[in-house]
Amino acid sequence: MEIPYAVQARPDTGLFNAKVGIWLFLASEVMLFGALFSSYILLRVGADPGSWPHGLLNIPIGTFNTAVLITSSVTVVLSWASLKVGNFARYRKLQFVTILCAVGFLGIKSFEYREKFAHYEVWQTDGTRRIGHIDYNGRSPLFWKTETLRQMKLDSIKFKSDPYHYTMSTRDMAAGKKAAAGKEHPMEEIKTADIKRLSAFVPAHGTYFAIYFTLTALHALHVLAGAIVIAYIWGPGAKLWKRNPEQYINRVEVSGLFWHFVDLVWIFLFPVLYLL
Amino acid sequence: MSDHAHDISRHVRIYVTVFIALLIGTVITVALNYMHFDSMALTVTIALFIATIKGFLVAGFFMHLISEKKAIYAVMLVTVFFFAAMMYLTVWARDEMPRGTQYISVDTRPPGGASSAGH
Repeated sequence: MEIPYAVQARPDTGLFNAKVGIWLFLASEVMLFGALFSSYILLRVGADPGSWPHGLLNIPIGTFNTAVLITSSVTVVLSWASLKVGNFARYRKLQFVTILCAVGFLGIKSFEYREKFAHYEVWQTDGTRRIGHIDYNGRSPLFWKTETLRQMKLDSIKFKSDPYHYTMSTRDMAAGKKAAAGKEHPMEEIKTADIKRLSAFVPAHGTYFAIYFTLTALHALHVLAGAIVIAYIWGPGAKLWKRNPEQYINRVEVSGLFWHFVDLVWIFLFPVLYLL
Repeated sequence: MSDHAHDISRHVRIYVTVFIALLIGTVITVALNYMHFDSMALTVTIALFIATIKGFLVAGFFMHLISEKKAIYAVMLVTVFFFAAMMYLTVWARDEMPRGTQYISVDTRPPGGASSAGH
């Protein structure tokens, strides 16, 4: 059975069906991410003054990842333009760069996540709060929490404190980072009995990391899904180019629209989560 | 060069220009962040203003929204309406924050509200 309006435009919409379909899907995606953005605003406005974490994400890496995604967006649209003039070989090269960018973005994001899983905050019984890294037999453990100390029956932990805390003002925090740049952070021993709470920068740490991981992981899933679709069309699905080039171009356009949307979401996520 | 090919070649120039504009927008956003404005409202406004321009560039040129069919505009119009309504609900709710949405529960807060950094 032949699917109608896969190539020809429907008389009422003036568009092939898949294009209407992807825009309707993107409309639902706007509402999905919009709901999470509004949750972010609600959580941030509701946070106690000075308690909302900032300056904990790696801005150079985030900037680089933004550039990677923007690059992938332009290669997608250029590959579509190549097909429009019948240059399949050029399309293949450009979409290969897109796929590489997608893999690169996810790889960099995974590295960022790992950094967070090894970064801790300690709330001490005297009210002091520190952020930094735990040194356990020369390595930096992941996902430790208060219960971990009890389960492992540790009397104390070795902790490399950062010379700043996210409750500081942006300016003070930047000054603290600058002053400590290139210097070894002092190692301190903190007794387990003095620790009220220990948490890595995981969703359970607080509302900031809860919404950070929800938004970025959902976005990363979209990157993964988009990359799989683009890779399928680029690889096994490319047989269609010989059979029905117009339909193939339409498929590339539709997958490209989804990819641009993923880029669009990141354009807002990056300043909101990394810079503000 | 045929009209069609010429048209595509013009589009390609636009895509590359938009790409450069997006990279410049990203660099400006990050550079402004290092300037540490005293006003949070100003910081948020500038960052979101640049992000919105970048968003328009991607949607307008890469997604071809500047020259789309009416059916797509109709879908977008409905989406914008519901998106704005959802954001308005957030603004509406800001004076009645539900309990438990605070960052840290009261018993882990240090005396006197915001903590020292331990240094």
